[in-house]
Amino acid sequence: MDHTIALILVQDGIVNGAIYALLALSLVLVFTVTRVIFIPQGEFVAFGALTYAALDGGQVPGSLWLLCSLGPLAWLAGMWRQRRGLNAASMLRLTLGTLVLPGVVTALALVLAPRKPGVVVETLLTLAIVAPMAPYIYRVGFLPLADAPVLVLLIAAVAVHLAMLGLGLLFFGPEGSRASGFSDAVLSLGDVTVQGQGLWIVGLTLALMGALYGFFAFTLVGKALRATAVNRLGARLVGIGIAQSGAIAFAMAGAIGALSGILVAPLTTIYYDSGFLVGLKGFTAAIIGGMASYPAAALAAVLVGIVESFSSFWASAFKEVIVFTVIIPVLLWRSWRRPVAEDDA
Amino acid sequence: MSKIRALVLLSALASMSGAVIARAETIHVGVTISTTGPAASLGIPQRNSIALMPKEIAGQSVEYTVLDDGGDSTRAVANMRKLIDEDHADAIIGSSTTPASMAMIAVAAEKLVPMISLAASASLIAPMDAQRRWVFKVPQNDSLMADAIAAHMQAAGVKTVGFIGFNDAYGDGWALEFDRAAKAHGLKVAASERFARNDTSVTGQVLRLVAARPDAVLIAGAGTPAALPQVALHERGYTGKYYQTHGIDNNDFLRVGGKDVEGTILPAGPMLVAAQLPDSNPIKAHALDYITRYEAANGAGSVSTFGGHAYDAATLLSAAIPGALAKGKPGTAEFRAALRDSLEAQHDLVLVHGIATMGPQDHNGFDDRARVMVTIQGGAWKLLP
Repeated sequence: MDHTIALILVQDGIVNGAIYALLALSLVLVFTVTRVIFIPQGEFVAFGALTYAALDGGQVPGSLWLLCSLGPLAWLAGMWRQRRGLNAASMLRLTLGTLVLPGVVTALALVLAPRKPGVVVETLLTLAIVAPMAPYIYRVGFLPLADAPVLVLLIAAVAVHLAMLGLGLLFFGPEGSRASGFSDAVLSLGDVTVQGQGLWIVGLTLALMGALYGFFAFTLVGKALRATAVNRLGARLVGIGIAQSGAIAFAMAGAIGALSGILVAPLTTIYYDSGFLVGLKGFTAAIIGGMASYPAAALAAVLVGIVESFSSFWASAFKEVIVFTVIIPVLLWRSWRRPVAEDDA
Repeated sequence: MSKIRALVLLSALASMSGAVIARAETIHVGVTISTTGPAASLGIPQRNSIALMPKEIAGQSVEYTVLDDGGDSTRAVANMRKLIDEDHADAIIGSSTTPASMAMIAVAAEKLVPMISLAASASLIAPMDAQRRWVFKVPQNDSLMADAIAAHMQAAGVKTVGFIGFNDAYGDGWALEFDRAAKAHGLKVAASERFARNDTSVTGQVLRLVAARPDAVLIAGAGTPAALPQVALHERGYTGKYYQTHGIDNNDFLRVGGKDVEGTILPAGPMLVAAQLPDSNPIKAHALDYITRYEAANGAGSVSTFGGHAYDAATLLSAAIPGALAKGKPGTAEFRAALRDSLEAQHDLVLVHGIATMGPQDHNGFDDRARVMVTIQGGAWKLLP
């Protein structure tokens, strides 16, 4: 191995690591705010990638129909939840968010999809189709269980994962798709060539991290989310609605998942079941970060990416084994350093 | 009111007795394939192909019951037991993958029901023993295809080969078979790498292959995932020859691979290029008929060679049924045993993937006529002379 190969591998690792970092961030976000270990995060990657690829090919993506059926379900769930304290303002908000929004997105998608509107519109449309599914799923599946133990929430998350996996096969078929990238440019830096798409991925990841930092540090909603993460009961006492913060956390996770999918779709072929493994690597990173620390999770994700790319060079048959084995020493070290108290709140 | 009720009851009774009578006359074929899970791209066209089969053979009605095993061996075995115990299946078709089919062999032997696998590995039917007596297999053996690739490489002046295969039974099986074929044809395997179906990047493996500077690269993957290493090799500027296996021959591979897979050479079942076969080849008319009917039912361009295997299995069964009917009634042990014997006695049977001549030692029955060499030219499959 010479330094050129090492550089290429590091570059490849950083690009993949950036995707894992985005997923790790959203896993940490959802877990701290709602205590849900969001297994279906990977499905949002696959849905994002395949929806984008379908739009890229001028087709109406099947996931649109999932959005159209989840919206009304979320509306029903929301109405049921507010059945005692129903007022015009909250009903209007609910209707706008769960019935009008999918309707508008569907109309836009049906009109725009056959016209191949270009990368930017396709990206925005994909986000508008895939991201709202997450808060709908939260309203239907997780909000009624909001006070259940972590284990129950985990099992609900596994159920959502399996349901989305099956629907993915139904919508997108068993074969994979690739999409055209944001940039076909190839830059030469000395011996190493850097692909434009890779730069886009790393750049967007960094920008998103900066935006998240600003969101949590300076905005009221961000501070409310942080407060919920630190102490759910305390946040409730000072008037922060759990339903709202949960829905916002899920919406952000859905959007980040879909964006990761859009970014990764031009690099590789994505299948309806590709998301789980990608999500699992993000999860590995989130665990290394203790499911609590954003910077630690992001750094760990880049580490996972680099370990993956080097092990694919040296021992490709054992790549996944090596990547997931990384988690064991970390868990040992963490449990020696600080015995974890069971969270049964 | 009571009159109507009596009428309804009577008609229900009549239809029930009708069902009982029909049952005794019906041949039940149980099918367990992977219409979901990682092998769904094989299972879905297979299910669609079963739907094309005639519902009556030699005056007997035939009923196909299709179950999904998701590529999981445990579910495949459970499905098979259910099909035999509850649906009284006279024969089993399935499963789509080697591991699931492997697990089903013991059940076939225990229940004395003939089984036709749609998986590729030769280990399903060799070495022949008391259990495998009941197992038949329609896809070509890997060894047949590996020999074809190695022979083509030798003729093209290739000396060293880089191998990259799936990180599963398919890739491992090919690595073994190709090693053997390469030795026989004086080729050297310079690098042997693995990748997974869901990998987002194969940069590491590709760098390794490029560093070994082989004259040709053989990629052993099934379906569209096999395009990823080739695209990555292209990006890294590899200029040697590309070979693929017959696992890739569906139109989705061309869609995903695009211009990066131009010029790839692969062995394939003749149905892939049915229209280009000479008219003297008996496979041509049969395969074109299948393709026309499949696409009429499922849309233009939807046909794949994987579905062809299911069609072959059902065709093989249909050919064997008349011979077995003479020896026993459907639903009896005698009929199932006779069906097995009749399957084994099939001679020069034209299938879409080749011409099969079964025998006590050969439950695949294919010879060189079951493979052609194909290249990709202008985004389409082209038969090589």
